[in-house]
Amino acid sequence: MMIPGVLSYLVLTLLLLPSHAAGFEARGDLSAQGFLFLENGAWPHQEKQFASVAGNLQLHHEAADNFQFTVDAFYRIDSEDRERTHGDLRLAEVLYFTDNWEITFGLGRVFWGATEFVHLVDIINQTDQVEAPDGEEKLGQPMVHLTVPRDWGVIEAFVLTWFRERTFPGEKGRVRTPLPVDADQTQYESGAEEHHTDLAMRYSTILGDVADFGIYYFNGTARDPVLLFSQDNSGTPVLYPYYEQIGQIGLDLQMVAGEWLFKAEAYYRSGQSRSYGATTFGFEYTLVGIADTMMDLGLIGEYVYDDRDDGWLPTIYENDLMAGLRLAVNDMDDSNILLGAIRDIPSGSTTIAVEASRRIGESVRLNLDASFFVNMDSQDPAFSFARDDFIKLEILYYW
Amino acid sequence: MILLNPLSMYGLFTVLLLSQCFLISTASCETAEEKGLAIAMEADRRDNGFGDYTADMTMTLKNRHGKESKRLIRSKTLEVPGDGDKSLSIFDTPRDVKGTAFLSFSHKIGDDEQWLYLPALKRVKRINSRNKSGSFMGSEFAYEDIASQEPEKFTYKHLREEEYQGQLCFVGESYPVDTKNSGYTKRVSWVDKAEYRLQKVEFYDRKNSLLKTLTVNGYRQYLDRYWRPESMNMVNHQTGKSTTLVWENYLFRTGLTDNDFNSTSLKRVR
Repeated sequence: MMIPGVLSYLVLTLLLLPSHAAGFEARGDLSAQGFLFLENGAWPHQEKQFASVAGNLQLHHEAADNFQFTVDAFYRIDSEDRERTHGDLRLAEVLYFTDNWEITFGLGRVFWGATEFVHLVDIINQTDQVEAPDGEEKLGQPMVHLTVPRDWGVIEAFVLTWFRERTFPGEKGRVRTPLPVDADQTQYESGAEEHHTDLAMRYSTILGDVADFGIYYFNGTARDPVLLFSQDNSGTPVLYPYYEQIGQIGLDLQMVAGEWLFKAEAYYRSGQSRSYGATTFGFEYTLVGIADTMMDLGLIGEYVYDDRDDGWLPTIYENDLMAGLRLAVNDMDDSNILLGAIRDIPSGSTTIAVEASRRIGESVRLNLDASFFVNMDSQDPAFSFARDDFIKLEILYYW
Repeated sequence: MILLNPLSMYGLFTVLLLSQCFLISTASCETAEEKGLAIAMEADRRDNGFGDYTADMTMTLKNRHGKESKRLIRSKTLEVPGDGDKSLSIFDTPRDVKGTAFLSFSHKIGDDEQWLYLPALKRVKRINSRNKSGSFMGSEFAYEDIASQEPEKFTYKHLREEEYQGQLCFVGESYPVDTKNSGYTKRVSWVDKAEYRLQKVEFYDRKNSLLKTLTVNGYRQYLDRYWRPESMNMVNHQTGKSTTLVWENYLFRTGLTDNDFNSTSLKRVR
């Protein structure tokens, strides 16, 4: 984990602040997690059961009404996968704002996007792939971020001063590529390597009281590497990540139309060997108070298309249909269940995911996730997960 | 919308009660419908001009066995001249949802706009405001109960005057204009004649059975004009569950502006 010296200093300063200081807040969570894979792995050395513990420490200090420091530090210790024993500063930022603009410095987190299943246009933060197979966890990104809200929309400018490499499961890990990824051999297109300064601009606005629309341009190092063949020191075949320089225009839209919520994302990227585009869009419809109960049932339908479906630079989501059911029980314990399926239209390969969650008492939450890979086609890039059906149980304590 | 906007509730509740007819001229109030509307308009008028306010709320959910669960919520409300209010509600507990925020722009005409901010993902999600009858955060309050209650969103019928807890009240019915999405066929409201404050509401479900009763307690006056309650209690007669809201630390005219109610401010909510 790379922590520039300034940030280390910032963290230390925050840690040394007395916890009773005005405007200072410390909190966090501790969690224990178990993965049970239902079959032996398809690739050598893969384990079947993983246990881990993790902690989050969040510190927040308001030095003045418009001047704040925030730190969110994370660490996980995994019983099997060395790569999954890892930590990160998810946030370590200074925020200053006025009525007319705001600026943050440090490690930050920015989310762009609208859809539920696939997050295509979210590009500022690198994916912490080893932390979550679904790619929803992100690494803190060093940046300077200027935001200027106006009546006609919000303009944002980003200077991304340091590149974060994607994390990958180790040799013993599951839901990975057939060969493990050796991050020690990482290559960059840019001679500046991870020091390349990336830039982004974004404009977002509300359209006609019914839609949130955003458009951005990003120029810099692709967050998703191409994986190329190599060997490690002992001559074992491995993959290594190669990060290219790209330009990308992205759009996102969330729109209300009667009882329907429509969502769409799209981007066009140049800089890799061929320019290409990708899009995902869909709807969410909620049935309120089903069967005379307080429960709400959300119906989600989405589609993703990627112009690279000719096999060039294979991607998992090139022509896929997604369907989801989200049940919110609306009980005291905030119980909810999400059932989702992603089906690759050409091959029929299907991933089924279940996420269930409820609170226990005031400070504990229990999460149960499961994924099943069904009817996986050997030509599908996701075929390497074909034997990685898993059940994951997690308990978190918030303090 | 958003949670616990006491003002909104108050607005809601203002429905029906006192009629201006009595104050002005009985001749101008020919029908019960006109009288009901006049009461609602007067209650709304009396709350005009508050500007903005903030308050802290404790929401206590209770099931039929007496098991309780508390949520602490901070709310900010901005009056928008000529339209519905803007409001922001921020959850402090339960701890697993700390920092979750709801932003709502209510509109006199057309659907409200609502967003949910999820701090772990730094994600702002637009929410469909037509899900009016859905439960607000597992409570006995539906989204439509906590939304800003603009008089335009209902039709009215004045029923009678009667004494309720020592105060002479106007009793009247209100019917949602959006009959398709509301969970109610009607609400019966008690509003005191002296100050046009909502005292009690009975909610009737789509089968026209009594579903819930709301009682409002502990009104105090702020800025020598604006009445706000100390607590509200919603009892669901069909499930035996209830939800109590208790407000503290009302502060009026704190200098909030539109800039405190946009996506930028939402992302820095603590």
